[in-house]
Amino acid sequence: MGMDDVQGIRIQILSIIGSILLIIFIVELIRRKRLREEFSILWLAMGFVFLGVALFRNLLDRFSFMIGISYPPTALFLILIIGLMLILMHFSVAISELKEANKKLVQEIGLMKLEAEKKGDKP
Amino acid sequence: MRKIVIIPAFNEEKAIAGVLHEVRKHVPDFDVLVINDGSVDGTSKIARETGIASVVDLPKNVGIGGAVQTGFIYAVRKGYDIAVQIDGDGQHNPEEISRLVDPILKGESDVVIGSRFVSDSSFRSSLPRRLGIKLFTLTNKILLQENITDSTSGFRAYNKKALDILFRDYPDDYPEPEAVYILIKSGLRVIEIGATMNERQGGRSSITFHKSLFYMVKVFLAIFVRMMKKKK
Repeated sequence: MGMDDVQGIRIQILSIIGSILLIIFIVELIRRKRLREEFSILWLAMGFVFLGVALFRNLLDRFSFMIGISYPPTALFLILIIGLMLILMHFSVAISELKEANKKLVQEIGLMKLEAEKKGDKP
Repeated sequence: MRKIVIIPAFNEEKAIAGVLHEVRKHVPDFDVLVINDGSVDGTSKIARETGIASVVDLPKNVGIGGAVQTGFIYAVRKGYDIAVQIDGDGQHNPEEISRLVDPILKGESDVVIGSRFVSDSSFRSSLPRRLGIKLFTLTNKILLQENITDSTSGFRAYNKKALDILFRDYPDDYPEPEAVYILIKSGLRVIEIGATMNERQGGRSSITFHKSLFYMVKVFLAIFVRMMKKKK
């Protein structure tokens, strides 16, 4: 067993542990109701992709070869960036929805306060 | 026929009372609604003390679009036939409200915009704004085959048909040019008449110099997206 293999197994074990910790952390957040399921899906998907890549080392090599990347670690960054982009987009959409809902609420509260005032209640 | 003047106001304590008294003097047959868009000054208190207007106090600032839309929602729910939108900063002249509403009363138009460029208005706004307006005019000509010279003007009169569209769908930021597009695309008649604009009596324009670029990009993006929607 050469030095390279020892190094390789080291990083593989670390990656597996890291991925599992990420998955446990996300599941725990959902369990404690700190994270809504709709937001957890992309995070969990990322966790499992990392776990898969960590468990089956040639997966990344084959994927890189398939899409024409000559240096496999770059493929890892590509997957990471795409995953983060998806999550960020999801956030933007969620914030937009919140803003819209918030505007509607503010408008309705304003109108309701006026109605209440007209009926003689003090706001 | 029930008529209402909708006045969005954000920190307009210096101007709002003057505007309200002018409105009462020139169009006493209109109800008046001030939408106080989360002002941090005495706008709401001063508007109430005039006894002229009902005041909607929005608990948080939602921006000019959301504020004006609140007025549209109110107008539709209360069954108003005509609504006039006028700025709370005193830049529009309430004595021109009657002229603005006239084409609607005669059934000649669904929406009337008070334009500073039609006829003999002497008002000169800032160069970036004038350029922006020119560009909107060109866009309107190309996309809608309509000649709207002042699509940024917030001095407008709407009939019920227009209110029914806008109370559901009104843009949040820089809503005016996009609203023109929405209304014309919905098949409504939009015309302009000349209106004089005063220097603002207080407060600040919602459009600062560095925001004009964002304004342009936002409006064009929004109109572009709306064109896509229509094709479906």
